[in-house]
Amino acid sequence: MDNDEKENKNLTRRTLLKGAALGLAGVALPLDRANASFWESFFQKHFREMNDAEIKKVISRLEKEYAEKYKKAITIGNEKPLPGVLFGYGLDLSRCIGCRRCVYACVDENNQSLDPQIHWITVLRFKKGEKWVSLEESEKYYNPETVPQEDYFYMPVQCQQCENPPCVKSCPTQATWKDPDGIVVIDYNWCIGCRYCMAACPYGARRFNWAAPNRPSEKINPNTHYLGNRPRYKGVVEKCTFCVQRTRSAQGRYPACVEACPVGARKFGNLLDPESEMRYLIKHKRVFRLKEDLNTNPKFYYFFAYGN
Amino acid sequence: MKTCAITGIGIVLFLSLLFPFSSTESAQQDIPKKLFVTPPPFSEGIFPCSQCHAGMPVNRTPRKLEAMHQDISLKHMPGGWCFDCHNPDNRDTLRLANGKIVKFEESYNLCGQCHGTILREWKNGLHGKRTGSWSGEKQYYLCVSCHWPHDPPFQPIKPLPPPVKPADIK
Repeated sequence: MDNDEKENKNLTRRTLLKGAALGLAGVALPLDRANASFWESFFQKHFREMNDAEIKKVISRLEKEYAEKYKKAITIGNEKPLPGVLFGYGLDLSRCIGCRRCVYACVDENNQSLDPQIHWITVLRFKKGEKWVSLEESEKYYNPETVPQEDYFYMPVQCQQCENPPCVKSCPTQATWKDPDGIVVIDYNWCIGCRYCMAACPYGARRFNWAAPNRPSEKINPNTHYLGNRPRYKGVVEKCTFCVQRTRSAQGRYPACVEACPVGARKFGNLLDPESEMRYLIKHKRVFRLKEDLNTNPKFYYFFAYGN
Repeated sequence: MKTCAITGIGIVLFLSLLFPFSSTESAQQDIPKKLFVTPPPFSEGIFPCSQCHAGMPVNRTPRKLEAMHQDISLKHMPGGWCFDCHNPDNRDTLRLANGKIVKFEESYNLCGQCHGTILREWKNGLHGKRTGSWSGEKQYYLCVSCHWPHDPPFQPIKPLPPPVKPADIK
């Protein structure tokens, strides 16, 4: 190999590398989309590292984006966890009739995608009198004329808001965490869609946006929370947040599923308040938590009010 | 300091021995604070009952109703009949077994005569449905909002559609 040829080759390699670097930069940061909103979202900090002013700025940017996309005003709240509050949920298995009113009340409150369909609550149907409850043998597609049916009982499952949440541990970007009031929340702008949390969740409570969520603008609930029911993106994970936009609001409203249940099987309250209905039911009723042996320590209590 | 505290506790204990039932008695009559009960679900135009019954002679013999209210077939409490709960002297009210008169708005006291444990749990937020605020004002549903008192079991309803099966996704 003579020198000339070697020099030539070196030059071509250098030019190639230069060109490749430029080209890659072009692909990663498309200049035609280089408006302020894009750059701001690109350099957005982690939610818990932002101060209030920075969060406010992010929220106003998102509100503008949503207004453009949905052609209506959507407010994004950022209510902080209340001091002295640890949320707990109770579900009375002796009363649930499996009517799925909660499922669809949740969809409407929390802006889930209609097609592809996303439900945060799954109602499982079990045959009565089996040796034990096998989640694998439960039926979630049951569709009889009327419910409840003889010989069956129903168990709705949603995020159990674990005190020791495996999903949070598995998240490589810390896009999901447990707030001091016990709610496990997700920052949809920080989620990279790796779905490790879905694999880690023993309750199958997390849902993935395989496609861009599709919900007509007129059906969007405009009262949202940054960590709750604001419209999501393609490729992010979502789940039940105990209706953070309602429960942390000034009025302290009940979650939508509690208010939708026609038989009053769903209970909600502050576990730290000895007067709350949650504390009453834990004290007086037979209570169990799903897959207690996994040490996830859920704050979702299944109980039997009828028939001690 | 210590003796002070001990006397304080002593006085409280003494008082609670003197009036052991005062607190429980009041708890049985009232529903918890910050709680509002929905109005009774009357059929339209049926209330006040006195608009027809005023001046009508009262027939106290148990019988099958033929002129009016034939649609009500009592499937609650076999052997019972209207005046076990309704007040023959003023139809706009209800009457407990002990003769006490209760308003329709407080009919839970009537149901609680037999269903005492349920009434207790209703007051504590376990039985029945609450809407409103977990931390503040709540609205409660009367027993009769969900249970038609003449045939109380909860009626079966049509379930909402099941989720889409993965196989059906286009």
